Amino acid sequence: MAYTLKGETGEWEVVIGMEVHAQVTANSKLFSGASATFGAEPNTQVSMVDAAMPGMLPVLNKYCVEQAVRTGLGLNAAINTYSVFERKNYFYPDLPQGYQISQFLHPIVGKGVIEIDLPDGSTKEIGVTRLHLEQDAGKSLHDQHPTKSFVDLNRSGCALMEIVSEPDIRGPEEAAAYLSKLRMILRYLGTCDGNMEEGSMRADVNVSVRKFGAELGTRCEIKNVNSVKAVQQAIEYEARRQIEIIEGGGSIKQETRLWDPNKMETRSMRSKEEAHDYRYFPDPDLLPLELDPKWIAEIKATLPELPDQKKHRFMKDYGLPLYDATVLIAERSRADYYESAANSNDPKLIANWVLNELLALLNKDNKDITESPVKASQLGGLIALISDNTISGKIAKDVFAEMYATGQDAAHIVETKGLKQVTDTGAIEKVIDAVIAANPDNVAAYRSGKDKLFGFFVGQVLKETGGKANPGMVNDLLKKKLS
Amino acid sequence: MSDLTNLSLAEAAKGLEKKEFSSLEITKAHIEQIEKLDDGLNCYITRTPEIALKQAAESDKRRASGKAGYLEGCPIGIKDLFCTDGVQTTAASKILEGFKPQYESTVTAKLFADGAVMLGKLNLDEFAMGSSNTTSAYGNVISPWKRNDGSNADLTPGGSSGGSAAAVSARLCLAATGTDTGGSIRQPAAFCGIAGIKPTYGRVSRWGVVAFASSLDQAGSFGRNLEDAAMLLKSMSGFDPKDSTCADKPVPDFAAALKQSPKGLKVGIPKEYRVEGMPKEIEDIWQKGIDWLKAEGAEIVDVSLPHTKYGLPVYYIIAPAECSSNLARYDGVRYGLRVDGKDLNETYEKTRAAGFGDEVKRRIMVGSYVLSAGYYDAYYIKAQKVRRLILNDFLEAYKQCDVILAPSTPSAAFAIGENEDDPIKMYLNDVFTVTVNLAGLPGLSVPAGINEQGLPLGLQLIGRPWDEETIIRAGGAIERAANFTAIPSLLKAKKAA
Repeated sequence: MAYTLKGETGEWEVVIGMEVHAQVTANSKLFSGASATFGAEPNTQVSMVDAAMPGMLPVLNKYCVEQAVRTGLGLNAAINTYSVFERKNYFYPDLPQGYQISQFLHPIVGKGVIEIDLPDGSTKEIGVTRLHLEQDAGKSLHDQHPTKSFVDLNRSGCALMEIVSEPDIRGPEEAAAYLSKLRMILRYLGTCDGNMEEGSMRADVNVSVRKFGAELGTRCEIKNVNSVKAVQQAIEYEARRQIEIIEGGGSIKQETRLWDPNKMETRSMRSKEEAHDYRYFPDPDLLPLELDPKWIAEIKATLPELPDQKKHRFMKDYGLPLYDATVLIAERSRADYYESAANSNDPKLIANWVLNELLALLNKDNKDITESPVKASQLGGLIALISDNTISGKIAKDVFAEMYATGQDAAHIVETKGLKQVTDTGAIEKVIDAVIAANPDNVAAYRSGKDKLFGFFVGQVLKETGGKANPGMVNDLLKKKLS
Repeated sequence: MSDLTNLSLAEAAKGLEKKEFSSLEITKAHIEQIEKLDDGLNCYITRTPEIALKQAAESDKRRASGKAGYLEGCPIGIKDLFCTDGVQTTAASKILEGFKPQYESTVTAKLFADGAVMLGKLNLDEFAMGSSNTTSAYGNVISPWKRNDGSNADLTPGGSSGGSAAAVSARLCLAATGTDTGGSIRQPAAFCGIAGIKPTYGRVSRWGVVAFASSLDQAGSFGRNLEDAAMLLKSMSGFDPKDSTCADKPVPDFAAALKQSPKGLKVGIPKEYRVEGMPKEIEDIWQKGIDWLKAEGAEIVDVSLPHTKYGLPVYYIIAPAECSSNLARYDGVRYGLRVDGKDLNETYEKTRAAGFGDEVKRRIMVGSYVLSAGYYDAYYIKAQKVRRLILNDFLEAYKQCDVILAPSTPSAAFAIGENEDDPIKMYLNDVFTVTVNLAGLPGLSVPAGINEQGLPLGLQLIGRPWDEETIIRAGGAIERAANFTAIPSLLKAKKAA
């Protein structure tokens, strides 16, 4: 099943490691009290610290540290009780201090592991090398003026987690699965909203190729890949480019390359020789960060159930197939919705309704499940009406559409629209008698052996009752009357 | 009225309390003294008489309504490294010319909250880098002291807090703030015949102080006697949540320590401070200090600080390393000087080439070098390890003694222009002071005597972490014994005139 690329000289393995920058969900920035929310007017969320005014000093935001620890725990990783903030020095207008406060030799989180789900239903473990906290830069805008560049410092100083994977990923599909799983875990933990479009999650992809069993090849780092799809495209392009060079007798230069989503290609940004010397050293404005193991334990105690645990529990407790469980746990809110609807009901039936009916309507309206007009308890109410034979499955679909449109309870809709199933034998018999009386030819034909006409009679009876007659009872009574 | 400028800070505070004179009166007296003398001395980069008069008037009102603070109504000077809200703050650099912060440093905010009145912003070496106040982009400060040999050479007040020390000495303010990264309070205090205290690292907030070398920078105080310096320091000190390196410790009444006799104190004399080629006058004043303390009942013990000789090399790796990064923010993008180039890199280059002076550039280059790949371990990491050994030396010594007595400087004030040819010679000025910053300890300089040329000499006391009180207590004994009454040549000349 391993992903391979075929070159002129045979099969190539594509080796990938990822560096994901995830913006920490927090109200304020990593070292200042300025707001860290997205989308405000440019330069309205900038403190004196963020603008690097003379004499300003960073003060570490405890909540951001807590979020990093929470993420580390969610990645099954070692939490380092001792970590150090260092300065990464370089000049750029969107970096007011002239250095980024980051972690280098002593990150807050050490080795961990992420289990990814592959399309064939199998799983694979991808090693996490480390997670560290750092400041985001501001944003340079080069397209606002013919000769000038503008700088927006709103993002300057926001907390980022850089999550570095081991080179355990093979091929674009695994890379996509890794990103999706990481994103899912972060969203479950509430430590990053995972929104790649808004830039709150960004990936740098390290790609190299090798013949199976050979030593690792020279890697290139690809930047500016801003969606799961772009990651896949960039990897495939880059791997083919490298194979072509090697097979043409060349060798790969270690370099940083940029993904161009319009031309669908990577191009050289800077070579290893041109790489910055960042002159890292411990930030003398900040003391080493020492964490109390008791505090870490407290955070651990508040961890939510993570996607994999939830998936396995759904399969075991609710008897769901892998596919249903996987789709339901993809979003924590979706899983929560499902679970509160499933609580006192037929869990498999609920899963079908959520997956087939609700998600279809929500997707069409581009709505999140938290915005669903049909609340989980209301869906439960609908399913209960099916289960106790108050309405048929067919009527239920109409009721559901009404619920989605109006937000009303199922029972209310069934009541006011008179959609209750008819279970009164006498009433059904009356309709059946009328149908038989109105179709003497078909009755004769049925009785002479045309069994298939039975469906015709069922249809007629249901039509006459507006679909409200209990289908089982209609079947039984019809059989009796036609025999 | 001009004798109001001759009062000590403590005397002024008392006089104001007794309503012998108003804040407006003593402030005006100082403004007049500045107008009279400062064109020659160049102590102030920015004079703020309007602010001073306004603050003084407000102070008198507070006094009248019975709400007087610890320094109520006392006019002081602020080193131009402390950011002051709405008042130009330059760090004596061209790159910050015209820069008016929209915030008040924690130190100045505390001083103002205690009722202090600001006369202006005091000159210094550019970004506090220097030992003679000659690297200022706003002209060097001239010491109010002159040699008595008739040479009439202009002398340096020392640096980097040269404007502060000269201003306090010349009665251009009652007291002044300073900062000390490698000796920048103690050396100018010694050169100008006044008292200067550099407290323990973390005692005073660095928030709003333009950074030179963050792990070494510490604000402190100047006064014409230790009591004044102790009073100012008390007002400046205390925990500040905005500075992660500022300690949450109670602030003692530093001046109260002066009332204690040094009897029973163990005073360490570090043998490594007897450097080769030390002038006899320095050796003599040190011996006097030893004798005075002994006579007051202190016990003298020999101690060893074996890594002292590495102090300067370590300092000149760590301080430039931190400065190279701290000064990266002066890039012409957001504030201060900008010299436009044809592209971004050229704008950076031109701005920083025009904005920084030679000494600052030298240190940025050295600092960038010692942090660069391939040299980092050999220089920066090694220096950090030696720094720890230097601290360990002190901690070891403090097992045998309570306080260390040493000279403040290896010589009396030198003439402006001397030592300028060789930066290393200039750096040697800090030989007795830098280790104290590397170890984060409290140190002070107290005037102890006059040399043959009529210039002041200072003695330094170095204490345990957070034990400013013991150095003030020992320093007080020296102050009393030395009975330093000399006044700067400039003031003598004025008096005679």
